[in-house]
This record gives sequence, structure tokens and C-alpha cells, in this order.
Amino acid sequence: MGRYLLRRLLQLVPVFIGSTFLIYWLVWAVPGDPFAGKCGERRCPDQYVAFMTEKYHLDQNVFVQYANYMKNLLQGDFGQTFSQRDIGGIIATAYPNTLKLALVALAIEAVIGLGAGILTGLRRNGFLDNLVLVSTLFLLALPVFVVGFVLQWLLGVQWQIVKPTVSSEMRWSELIVPGFVLGSASVAYIARVARTSIAENRRADYVRTAIAKGLPMRRVVGVHLLRNSLIPVVTLLGTDLGALMGGAIVTEGIFQINGIGREVYRAIITKESATVVGIVVVLVVVYLVMNLLVDLLYAALDPRIRYE
Amino acid sequence: MRVSKRATSAIALSAAAALVASGCSSGDGDGDAAASKDGSIIVHGVQPENPLVPSNTTETGGGKVIDWLFTGLVEYPNDGGAPRNALAESINTTDSKVFTIKIKKGTKFHDGTEVKSKNFVDAWNWAAYSPNGAQNGTFFSDIQGFDQTYTTDPDGADGPQKAPAPTADKLSGLKVVDEQTFEVTLAAPTAVFPTKLGYSAFMPLPDVFFTQKPEEFGKKPVGNGPVKFVSWEDNVLIKLTRFDDYNLRDKMKIKDVDVKLYQDETAAYADLLANNLDFMEVVPTSALAGDKWKTDLGDRGLSTVTPSTALIAFPTYDKRFQNPKLRRAVSLSINRQEISDKIFFGTRKPADSWANPLTPGAKPGNCTACKFDPATAKTLLTEAGGFTGEMVFYYNSDSSHKDWMDAVAQQVKTNLGINARAEGVPTFAVFRQNINAHKMSGPYRAAWQQDYPDVENWVNPLYITGGSSNDGLYSNKEVDALAKQASGAPSLEASHEAFSKAVELVDQDVPSIPIYFYGQQSGHSEKIKKLELNNVGEIDITSVEL
Repeated sequence: MGRYLLRRLLQLVPVFIGSTFLIYWLVWAVPGDPFAGKCGERRCPDQYVAFMTEKYHLDQNVFVQYANYMKNLLQGDFGQTFSQRDIGGIIATAYPNTLKLALVALAIEAVIGLGAGILTGLRRNGFLDNLVLVSTLFLLALPVFVVGFVLQWLLGVQWQIVKPTVSSEMRWSELIVPGFVLGSASVAYIARVARTSIAENRRADYVRTAIAKGLPMRRVVGVHLLRNSLIPVVTLLGTDLGALMGGAIVTEGIFQINGIGREVYRAIITKESATVVGIVVVLVVVYLVMNLLVDLLYAALDPRIRYE
Repeated sequence: MRVSKRATSAIALSAAAALVASGCSSGDGDGDAAASKDGSIIVHGVQPENPLVPSNTTETGGGKVIDWLFTGLVEYPNDGGAPRNALAESINTTDSKVFTIKIKKGTKFHDGTEVKSKNFVDAWNWAAYSPNGAQNGTFFSDIQGFDQTYTTDPDGADGPQKAPAPTADKLSGLKVVDEQTFEVTLAAPTAVFPTKLGYSAFMPLPDVFFTQKPEEFGKKPVGNGPVKFVSWEDNVLIKLTRFDDYNLRDKMKIKDVDVKLYQDETAAYADLLANNLDFMEVVPTSALAGDKWKTDLGDRGLSTVTPSTALIAFPTYDKRFQNPKLRRAVSLSINRQEISDKIFFGTRKPADSWANPLTPGAKPGNCTACKFDPATAKTLLTEAGGFTGEMVFYYNSDSSHKDWMDAVAQQVKTNLGINARAEGVPTFAVFRQNINAHKMSGPYRAAWQQDYPDVENWVNPLYITGGSSNDGLYSNKEVDALAKQASGAPSLEASHEAFSKAVELVDQDVPSIPIYFYGQQSGHSEKIKKLELNNVGEIDITSVEL
């Protein structure tokens, strides 16, 4: 177990370096001069461009730029945006917001998705089963921004049950609607995966044995059936946290949440490699750590799985 | 000129003229003084691109806040008329070359220090010193000694050479006379100089600016205007409050202003509809279709015209576009009224003059090339020898320009039989890069909003040789000579008269084609009982009553 963990942690290093360089290079290769559009219909004074180019070492080649960037990063300095804001500060304020939103979405996914999955998996082909099938199909078919705009308009503008956008305090209660929007597609996936998994395991030998032994139904379902059926669901949920954080750009835009999505978008448009990499570095770490956690959880869920 | 980030491109869709009808919004006239006194409002904003230093702000996100935080020597009246003195007691000149500027006594910066003449002189010297890299540095080029403080890179910013170090760090044309007086000597007579002084580049800076890094100052700016800075949370909120020691004309009636920094205008619009946001300057384009915004907002909606113009410019450095007859033919083949009605639902007005008619000194209807006359267009095209190959109209596709550019290309195709089409360039940055490098191979979209209200600003930057935004490299010696004479005229009236002659020549050459004048559709919450828009269509925060 210890050696497995160590090996997995060591694997993070090349993945980390590879992904950051790739991203740095990609943003660098985006066409367009970062200062060409900055002064509107007038070209920026050469002096301004020269000043900024020198300040951000943009006259160096991409390898030198990346090496410089990594050197500073390892010392804990994320650098500055072209508008002279500290990227470390941006990350520190934006990440908790995105994480909060993603956690709400994850909770909604787990509760609704798993609930619907278990109910329908146990009672297949009933009215409820068909209802869930149709509604999840509907959710899967709708793009996130459609769900977002419709809910915002309906709940926020038409019925005025909630405020259309999230306030700067980011209260948990305000995040329920955006969280649902962000998690809507995943809710459908989770419900369907859970349903299939449970329906399949219901017919498994060990379930029949448990019932034959005369165990109460509650114990058969709660301990034997659920625990074994959860593995695919946990895989989905675990990797989803990273996907939710990265995919929050649209939701954050609709509900005016000060998260990483808008910063990444802005930074890509303005060719600020340092900002994009800084934010994505943290995202990469989230992905890697979540994957590791999921793998470790397997062992807890299924005693047959052991890591050496 | 300031760029609106929302239009990612174009220009601030905002500009002169107060609410056309009454100077105040609908609602019940005057507000309740008690409610206003401690009242607060939330207005729409976008994250400023740079720290808030006046001479380094060229976009509307930061520019709007700068305009509230600072009061300059002159101010532009909301109705778009001629500028009047604000902080200046008097601006005197006999020859439009040497100006003696006296400022009002006893006005204060937000940190309590008095506004003195040296605050102007120091601020201008700082911006005009090229190593400081101020985006608005070239605004001081009229002043004597600018060529010594501001050096340019001999081979452009991309070339290997560096600009030589300036030989002076102060403009020789600026002289402090006493605490309230300073003297400005220009390199050449410039009648419009006093008009320029209301632009944010010319704002005074407090002593504290010079004791810290500009970006540190810009994160907690200290101004001298009716509104005082409180705090700025990036991407979220800029909090402002009334400056109680303010003693000039435009004192704020309400207490607090929160500028909510939106990333998405649709989100802001939803907030506006739910009365969660008190003012939105420009409703999203999506709300204009079918006049949806009118149904949504009712009497909370405002419509106004703004002195900005959308143009299509010709790359006159390209041989195929060097014949004025061809350019005029293209211009005459465009049905501007139809574009205005069908694509903009009447929210933009078809252009019929070179300078926007809301600008002082501009002559309405002086663009003879702006008519729709397909028959003459055809004749002119034949006289010009036709056009071979494809005529591609370029625009930046990260903002909503596709529809009207497609329409323009289609009309040219139908009415002239030229093989024309419109093509989007992915981002404004790439688009501008090609324009700056003079690498456009077809006519392209442009837009202009005045920096200061005078016709001079619609001629010198756009149509004289080497003008700062003459990207198509149009050059006509007679226009240059007339414009030079107009700029140096002893009075504004004489200057305007001379400029109108220069414009007549431009009209013959058609270096670009005006398409439409911008309009602006804004909305406010039920809470606001009275408000005015300033000369560029921004909310005049000091006029707001609750």
C-alpha cells in the first residue's frame, strides 16, 4: 500500500511537467499579438508595447520563457497578469469559489443521481423507472448553457424565487441552482450507471445467497448489493470533480461567479500564458489527486482489491 | 480612444448626448431627497484592464470609474455641447499657442491635500515621459518639448533596436507660475487644445502618486472628483462613495455606488430585469431583436444616440483600392437604411456625414458618398475599369459584426456584380495586428468614438497622413494642408470652418465609408427616479436621484 502510494505520487512529477509545458506552449502558439488590440482602433504606442514586452520577457523564445516561469513557480511565485495583478492572488480567490460550486454540484449529483439510480435499479420497468429514463435522456440532450439560461430566467427573472446571479459573498444557498446546472448532465450519467449496476448485481449469486440465508431485505440491499454496485459510480464521481471544476466556465459566466473559468477564458484571449498555466497547474493536481483517491477507495469498497 | 471590452472590439458603444428627450429618465420626475441622501446603487461594470491610472486607461471598464474619481480642468456637458470650465477658473490664450491656466482655489484630493497647479504639471510630465510606458502618452504631443521626453522605437516595437533614452524628463512647454496657475506652451498653435483637457489623460495626480509604484496607486486610486474610492475586489466589485469635501458643481446626491464587475452581459441583464442591478449602460444585443428590451423593461428602458460611427475602411496601400471612383461606387451601392432597419431594428441610424453629427463643429449630411444610388455606382465602377477578383470584407468575429458585414458584402455583390463576401477574423487582437501591419487585402470594419467633442478628432486621427488611426494609409496633401491650417486656427469657429473644407475633399476621395451611427439602449431599476447620461452615454453618477 505504502509503495503503491509512493509510486503513484512519483508519477505525478513527469505528468506535471509535461502538461504545464504543453499548455504554456499552446497558449504561446495562439496567434495574435497580446498588445495589438489593447488600445482599440488605434495602435498602442510603441513605447507601451516595448515596456510590456520587456517586463514580461516576451522577446525571449518559448523555452526560456517557460524555464523562467517554472523557476519562479517553484519559488511560489505565480507571476503577474498583463494588467499587473498577482496571479497567485487570483488563484487564491478564484479557486475556492470554483471548488465550492463544484462541491455543490457533486453533492447534488450524488444525492439525486444515486437516489434515482437505486430506486429505479431495484424496481425496473415501473412507472418511476421510465420517468427517470426519459428525464435523464432529456437532461443529457440539453447543453449546459441552455439549462443555465432557462433556469436563470424562470427562477430568477420570471418567478423571482432566487436572485438571477450569485452575490459576492457566495452563500451556499445561492449555489444550489448553479450547482444543479453544472451537475445536470452528470446527474443523468450517475443515475443511469447506478441503475444498470444495481440491476445487474441484483441477479448476482451472492445476492441470491443472501436472500436465501434469510437476511432482511434492508441488509441485502444496504450492505451486499450497494457496496458492490458503487464502484463504477465512485469512479464517475471522483473524476467528475476535476471535470466539473474545469467545465465550470459556462456556468460561472451565466451566474456571475468569480471562479477560475472566467480567468482562464480571459487569459487565453489575451495570450497570458502565465495565468493559464498557473490555473491549470492547480487543476491538473486536482485531477491527479482525485484519481488517486478513487483508486484507493476501490480497495475500501471491495475487499478483493488489494494494492501492492 | 477608449475601447469597450464588451464590444471586444469596436468602441465603447457609448458616446455623447444626454437622454435625447428630456435629460432625465421616465419615472416620476424628481427623486426623494431623503432616500437619495443615504441611498446606494449598483451599476454594471467590467473589470478594468489596468490599475486605475488616468493616463494609462484606454478602455471603458476602467475609464468609467476614472471619470467619476477625477475632475479635470474642463468638463463636457451632458447634452454634448461645447466644453465648459470645471476645475479651471480660466484658460486664457491670445494665439492658441501659449495658454495660461488658472485653477479654482480650495479643492481637494480624496486624501485631503489641495489640488495645485503642480499636480497637473507633474502628472502630464509623468505620462509624456516615454519610459513610463503610459498608454495615453501621445496625448501630450501638442506640448512643446514632447519630442525630447518621448522617443519612439526606430524600427517599431518588434524590431531589434530599442528606442533611444529621452534627453529630457520634463516637458519644456509646462511651467508652474504659482500654486493656482500654470502656463502651457504648445509646439504649434492648436485651437482645440482646451477642449482636449477634459479627457482623462489630462487629470491631475496627487503627490502620493509620485511616492509609490503606479500600479500600487492604481489599485487604490486617490482622485479629486465627486466620488471617492473605497475598495476593489478583482472581478467582483469596486466600491465607491461620495466625497463629502467636494465643492465643485457636480456633487453626488446619493451616497454609495457599487460597480459590479460582470463577465457576461446576459447575467447583468437578468439582474437588471430582477431589479438586482440598478443601471446597465448597454443592454445585450440579444435583447434588441424584435424590440425584446422594450417589452422587458417598459418605462425602465432608455434609448439614446451616441457620437460614434461604424465605418468600413479601405486599405489604400493595396493597388486595387487606389481609385477613388471604385471606392465611391462601393459606398453608393450600400443601402444603409435597410441595414439599419433590418439588422439593427432601428437602433442604429444610417450614416450620412463624415464626423458624427452630435460632435460640435460637425456638419450633418456632408457625406455625398453615403447615399444609396446603385445606378451611379454602376457607372462609376465601369469608369474605374471594374474590379477583378474577389472583394473580401473583413471583420473581427469575436463581437457581433457578422450580420451587418454580410449584408454589406451581399449588397455590393447584388448592386455592382462584384464577387464580394464577408470574412471574420477570429479575434480582435489578430484583426488589429493585421491592420497595424498594413496587411489587409480587402475593406475592413472600423469604428470611431471621439476622445473629446470636436470635429478635429474626426479628421486628424483618421484622414491626415500619418494620423494615429489612419490605418488604411490614406494620404492627400491638400487635406493635410487644410487640416493643419484648421488645427492652428486662432478660434474654434475658424477651425471648424476650415475643417469642413478638408472634409469636402475627403468626401471626394472616400478613403473609408461611414455606415451607421451608433445608438445606445440602456436600462435602470425601479429604484432610480432620475438620471442623466453624459456626453459619451455613460451614467452621470452625480445626477442620480432615488
